[in-house]
Amino acid sequence: MNGVGAGVWPYLFIVLAGFAATDLWRILGVFLSARIDEDSEVLLWVRAVATALVAGLVARLVIYPVGDLASTALTVRLAAAAIGIATFFIVRRNMLAGILAGEAALLAAVWLVPG
Amino acid sequence: MRGETTDAGGWSRSDAVRMGAARALSVPGIVLFGSFLGFGAFARAAGLDAGQSLFVTIAVFALPGQVVLVDQIAGGAGVVATAIAVTLTAVRLLPMTVAILPVMRTSRTSIPKQVLLSHFVAVTVWIESMRRMPDLDRRLRIPFFLGVVLTLWPICMIATVLGYYMAGGVPLPISAALILLTPLYFLLSMMSAARHRIDWLAIAGGLCLGPVFHLYAPGLDLLWTGLAGGTFAYLLGRARRA
Repeated sequence: MNGVGAGVWPYLFIVLAGFAATDLWRILGVFLSARIDEDSEVLLWVRAVATALVAGLVARLVIYPVGDLASTALTVRLAAAAIGIATFFIVRRNMLAGILAGEAALLAAVWLVPG
Repeated sequence: MRGETTDAGGWSRSDAVRMGAARALSVPGIVLFGSFLGFGAFARAAGLDAGQSLFVTIAVFALPGQVVLVDQIAGGAGVVATAIAVTLTAVRLLPMTVAILPVMRTSRTSIPKQVLLSHFVAVTVWIESMRRMPDLDRRLRIPFFLGVVLTLWPICMIATVLGYYMAGGVPLPISAALILLTPLYFLLSMMSAARHRIDWLAIAGGLCLGPVFHLYAPGLDLLWTGLAGGTFAYLLGRARRA
């Protein structure tokens, strides 16, 4: 099952591809914070790319899920996400309410709807 | 309620730390606890062990990047491809860092200290801090920020490990629900943070293109989704604004 391996390499991998790849931007942010305008054109585009990337990941995690979520029906997952989003907007952009509603919808569907 | 007081006249720095911790222990702490339970479960499903999963939370402390990292590891991607995918999700931390530091630092905050503080710039911390810090006396802002992060960071670590071990021993629906928490949290926190038309276009573009590129460009799908969806959003948002 474990396709990752043991020993030092996974940790080094996480440091290089996780920590360094992430904190690079945080540290760059420290040095640019004195000079760069947050609304500059390049940052607008860069932030749009990052946002689209994360949204793409969201879609993938819902449509092609991993682990036990894969045992639920696609329609159930999409409905749960839709209910979460709808609740989020109805309760004035309340993230907790949206998340709880989406989760409740998933659990209700899995428990109450056989098959 | 003292937590709502904005006049900082009689406040000590430790008061500000406590106030940050109190903020962190409400909604943001609950959301992150649940989300990192989900991350722990996800990391286990992807084949990491508990120590590796915890280390990802400590070292990265930004959920989208963590999920991309673990997803790439599970898919057998190389260190360079993984770093590129992770770094693309982390780009959003740059403007967030640029925006928060001028609010937070004092004239005596050294660069090394700012670098240290920047490790904790993540969506939830950023939202909570930016909402409260402007009302605080400047000397209390870093203590407040530290109160938030020194509460949320351990919450995320504990939840990661708990989620990891719970994922094996809980009923399937609960385990499925924990995994769903991550995308739900991402989506809603992106929608919470969205202010401009470009943000909404990028969210919509990414949601639509993600599954398409997953089928036609596996491996580099997130990269293409980000570049295509983001550029589309930028150009369209720009054109509409002009």
